[in-house]
Amino acid sequence: MARQATKKTAKAPAKRATAAKTTRAKKAPAKAAKSNLVVSDEVAIDITNMDKWYGDFHVLKGIDLKVMKGERIVVCGPSGSGKSTMIRCINRLEEHQSGRIEVDGIELTNDLKKIDEIRREVGMVFQHFNLFPHLTILENCTLAPIWVRKMPKAEAEEVAMEYLTKVRIPEQANKYPGQLSGGQQQRVAIARSLCMSPRIMLFDEPTSALDPEMIKEVLDVMVDLAETGMTMIVVTHEMGFARQVANRVIFMDEGQIIEQNEPETFFTKPKHERTKLFLSQILH
Amino acid sequence: MSNSTLSFVRTTMEVAKAPPASTVGVVGWMRKNLFSSWINTALTLFAIYLVWIIVPPILDFTIFNATWTADDREGCLAGGHGACWAYVEAKFGQFIYGRYPVEERWRVNIVFAIMAIGTVTLAIPSVPYKKWNAIFMLVIFPILAFFLLVGGYFGLHHVETPLWGGLLVTLVVAITGIVVSLPLGVLFALGRRSEMPVVRMVSIIFIEFWRGVPLITVLFMASVMLPLFLPEGVTFDKLMRVLIGVALFSAAYMAEVVRGGLQAIGKGQYEGAQALGLPYWKTMNLIILPQALKLVIPGIVNTFIGLFKDTTLVLIVGLFDLLGAIQLSFTDPKWSTPMTSHTGYVFAAFGFFIFCFSMSRYSIFMENRLHTGHKR
Repeated sequence: MARQATKKTAKAPAKRATAAKTTRAKKAPAKAAKSNLVVSDEVAIDITNMDKWYGDFHVLKGIDLKVMKGERIVVCGPSGSGKSTMIRCINRLEEHQSGRIEVDGIELTNDLKKIDEIRREVGMVFQHFNLFPHLTILENCTLAPIWVRKMPKAEAEEVAMEYLTKVRIPEQANKYPGQLSGGQQQRVAIARSLCMSPRIMLFDEPTSALDPEMIKEVLDVMVDLAETGMTMIVVTHEMGFARQVANRVIFMDEGQIIEQNEPETFFTKPKHERTKLFLSQILH
Repeated sequence: MSNSTLSFVRTTMEVAKAPPASTVGVVGWMRKNLFSSWINTALTLFAIYLVWIIVPPILDFTIFNATWTADDREGCLAGGHGACWAYVEAKFGQFIYGRYPVEERWRVNIVFAIMAIGTVTLAIPSVPYKKWNAIFMLVIFPILAFFLLVGGYFGLHHVETPLWGGLLVTLVVAITGIVVSLPLGVLFALGRRSEMPVVRMVSIIFIEFWRGVPLITVLFMASVMLPLFLPEGVTFDKLMRVLIGVALFSAAYMAEVVRGGLQAIGKGQYEGAQALGLPYWKTMNLIILPQALKLVIPGIVNTFIGLFKDTTLVLIVGLFDLLGAIQLSFTDPKWSTPMTSHTGYVFAAFGFFIFCFSMSRYSIFMENRLHTGHKR
């Protein structure tokens, strides 16, 4: 069963790459020849010259990042490099102090309505799952569709069961989060985000808090999700996942983007010294 | 030889066996809990001794030597040195209704009955129509109770609040305090954690002011000082003033209890809710408060119980609650015996204990019911 899943997912990126190449060939032949950076010409997230400080501490320095619709980006880097802070700025869990962030064409400002609008479209999966322990799995999944999207309860439950089936735990629907294993909880968290039918998914170290045996079940779900064409930004140190799924890998250090490239080149021919050092530390 | 120690392969699985007889059942329980060591054994024997010297005199006073029927003090004096329950029976109406006119007491009874039925059905989880029941108890019942108890309308004889007394006053003060203080306390707790400076300042000042003064001062201020500040001719019912004072006072305590619960909820819960696009009030109502309030159920009920017993302080501003009514009855020469006050206080303690202990048990029941497995 597990082997099958790997096989299936291993094939998928190759297929996608050829598909992407053909579409790109028509639109922008000159650029496309260099890399498979461009998946669509629609911009999903546009960050320009963004800075953030925690008090006096300059955490993010002049971040520029343009994410196209359907792109799957893996962000890596040493701890404290600002990876999480950067993706948390995208749905305003952290406030940036200067520069510009545009998500789905909406600029992030202090306007609470716009922030809520963006949060409805951007799903987020956290390191510690952040499930609501007082609600059942099903209630966790239907809460936001019912209260934010004003979906009728029956419909919300139907949608929730559909996504719980996709993450392969429909039978846990009436349990509480505390009764599930870490891997199962994280899959519920993914399903919960998907129930809001987001256009963009952010993953903040989704497998870092899991036992080794459970990492794969979560990554498998994420691979499935990538195959649906979801725009994803994933902060992770799972380099296998990056190779398999990402079409761009970003390396950050000291609050800056140090290097970015398509995974193959990134892992085999890193250019910046810091990247080389980092990769040599984590790829034994 | 070395081979056999290094490698081992299990060929048959062990079958689960029953535990040794001395570790289970009554004997096992006693061994483990009462006589596990010589200190434990000594403490067990000491406890048995304490029970032996305390319990029999209590039973003698309350049951074996007690006078159950008598027409006046003579009967109780003849009965010896036990409790004079005949006196409690004779004064029972006064303990419950105070000086509420006898022919109007049916109104109080109706209010008590509705309250008992409403509260019990609300408290039992399996009874349906919770929402309507709650609306009835929180909106319709207080209005109904007000008109029934105060009167003056619909042909009901007006009963002034100075005539109210006994358990009636205790319950009116305690229940108003409980019902008003919880929502108000939640608001001030949220206010104190608000990011808006004005809201936070107002909440902090409110909480610190009311926590900083003793309840007796609040009651004195309400009944003695307040009329001095009000313009001439404007009067405010004394019971009403006490109710407001008690409600605000306990709201401040409640706010701090609830704030304790709010602080125990991790940042992740807020972020999880925010990331789903839930706005502030929905995040609070659906995610944060249900968890925070559940955590502080013991603290909330503690405050309720404290408030219930603090109602006895209204005596000092001239209102006679259950304890006040009982103390007042000591002065009646018809029932004056050496045992009267003892009996009265035992009865008062018993009355308060029933209410407080019920609240305590119900809180434990709710805690268990709302428990949803391990918390991360």
